[in-house]
Amino acid sequence: MTVTVPMTPELLLPPASPVTLLDPTGRAVPGDDHGLPGDDVLLALYRMMVLGRRFDTQATALTKQGRLAVYPSARGQEACQIGAVLALRAQDWLFPTYRDSMAVTARGVDPVQVLTLLRGDWHSGYDPYQHRVAPQCTPLATNALHGVGLARAAAIKGEDTVALVMLGDGATSEGDTHAALNFAAVWKSPVVFLIQNNGYAISVPLDKQTAAPSLAHKGIGYGIPATVVDGNDAAAVYAVVRRAVTSAAAGTGPVLIEALTYRMEAHTNADDATRYRSAGEVDGWLARDPVTRLREHLRDRGLLDEAAIAAVDAEAEAQAAALRQRMTTETRPDPDDLFRYVYAEPTRELRRQQRELAAELGRAR
Amino acid sequence: MTAIAEHRGLATGSVVTMASALNQALSDSLGEDDSVLVFGEDVGTLGGVFRITDGLATEFGQTRVFDTPLSESGIVGTAIGMAMNGLRPVVEMQFDAFAYPAFEQITSHLAKLRNRTRGRVELPIVIRIPYGGGIGGVEHHCDSSEAYYTHTPGLRVVTPATPADAYVLLRQAISSPDPVIFLEPKRRYWSKETVCQQHGDIAMDRALVRRPGTDVTLIAYGGALATALEAAEAAEEDGRSAEVIDLRSLSPFDDETVTASVKRTGRAIVVHEASRFCGYGAEVAARLSEQCFHYLEAPVLRVAGFDIPYPPPHLEEYHLPSVGRILDAIDALQWQETAALAEVAG
Repeated sequence: MTVTVPMTPELLLPPASPVTLLDPTGRAVPGDDHGLPGDDVLLALYRMMVLGRRFDTQATALTKQGRLAVYPSARGQEACQIGAVLALRAQDWLFPTYRDSMAVTARGVDPVQVLTLLRGDWHSGYDPYQHRVAPQCTPLATNALHGVGLARAAAIKGEDTVALVMLGDGATSEGDTHAALNFAAVWKSPVVFLIQNNGYAISVPLDKQTAAPSLAHKGIGYGIPATVVDGNDAAAVYAVVRRAVTSAAAGTGPVLIEALTYRMEAHTNADDATRYRSAGEVDGWLARDPVTRLREHLRDRGLLDEAAIAAVDAEAEAQAAALRQRMTTETRPDPDDLFRYVYAEPTRELRRQQRELAAELGRAR
Repeated sequence: MTAIAEHRGLATGSVVTMASALNQALSDSLGEDDSVLVFGEDVGTLGGVFRITDGLATEFGQTRVFDTPLSESGIVGTAIGMAMNGLRPVVEMQFDAFAYPAFEQITSHLAKLRNRTRGRVELPIVIRIPYGGGIGGVEHHCDSSEAYYTHTPGLRVVTPATPADAYVLLRQAISSPDPVIFLEPKRRYWSKETVCQQHGDIAMDRALVRRPGTDVTLIAYGGALATALEAAEAAEEDGRSAEVIDLRSLSPFDDETVTASVKRTGRAIVVHEASRFCGYGAEVAARLSEQCFHYLEAPVLRVAGFDIPYPPPHLEEYHLPSVGRILDAIDALQWQETAALAEVAG
């Protein structure tokens, strides 16, 4: 008996260079078979990125004012988050991490509800079923398995639903990323894994995270087709995710996408990024800014004039002002809520502890 | 429904093992509710290493009863996603210590998602875990890991001690809207019982008095219950009447049933296989001291495993709570002092 190793299907290997539809100056790059998204999509991407960025800078400002306990900014990663979310269909699900607040708002979740966690009022402020967005996940990579399970259940129930799982480069070192890729591949579950590789896991650079040629190369070990995309090119992210969603929905199994991007801010307001990266490096990425890139492209093609740019900016300012105003309202979370949701019905012990706290608060008054 | 009800369930008078009772409970749940799924390692074609899922894949098909890749975190993590999408997964961890890779998914998500989302996400998931020793198992196959789970708010933790109760508790666990850690005492898988009643009216979170008595309360659960009952028989010959309580639900804890008994007997011993230090018995003893202090004639004692890693097969007999050790503990409950005090008072 001869033992043979199956040929490596070349289609499982990521491309030699990232999919790019717009170069950093905004010029269309010809030759990619994805094709540039339609004008309406490009305009929507631009508007949502401007709104997303303004939300993000506003959240950072609110943190500095003490209105939020902490905020992990994603400034610089707008193309990844907006491009991916706009590529989803209404029936699809998003499984975001703590850094994906822009993606969550782009999906339609009320910004104040998104910030409930970071404001400290509750762990998650929105109804996951309303916009099909799972609670933002803090323990790295654990959300990936939830996405795989939800997609598997959808397939069992005959629903046309794709789960988009968001991960960072650091999360690819966690065991749950491995388990999720493997389960999804074995089950041929309709899942799109999007790794936003922003170069750092807090302070640890990618070369201390992996020896793989690229994070997309990990796909081949699971039998998952993978691709790399310029994560600061919203048109490319949209096109690549859109194709992945279509393919996953068609029942061909999961897709792995690595988006190359950069986190312009520190990990959170509590972090000092100057301790682990140079100003020159940050400046280099500033020249690749995703919002500027798409704006220049749209302006060059006459799809966006100064008035339209000003209108989007004004909309973003108005949204930020409304958010500021709503976030200055003092909230008084109800201590009874501590006991209300632990079980479907509070246990006898929890009711007892609830009475204890009520008595304590009564004495304090 | 009537036809199903007629041939399903444990018939009164039949003799069953705990393994077959659990199998029947899974089969009945799968038969009654299309949203119930059973999956884990080797649970499909093989029927589980303990054969608890024997025949279920054939009966209900590979979509509802299936083998997963070998990853406990993967099993629990995907079960969470499935439950978010309306299914009721019943998953198996092959052995107690093999469940540890799933610990993050269990403690950070399974236990917390309902609370995190103010009740919007419901996770009716049952995690079946064969636990405990007494079968000559090698390292990593005999842990009593209950306290890890009972220390985690948001989980229900139950453990049956008899075949008939294994059926009832598992059906209740699968029906529960809360996640349930279902601990199966593997040394009792092959214990037999003649089914005499369904216990169907006993809530999942209630303890049961398995043997009435007047002098001392033995509080046990899972694999240790049979040992406690045996010890109670032996104590009877010494003229001491022991009441034996089967906790069934480790979390939440049934204070009412246990304190009512201890207030009557005035003495209590907790029996479990798990290590003593910070073990489940410590919580029971603390609660009894808080709630029954003025009724106690002696300190609450614990007959538990030593504070050692679970021993190899040839040494496990020295570790496990035995009838002798329980009887010694009963003897140590300050009977003389009480008698002396009664004499003085008299």
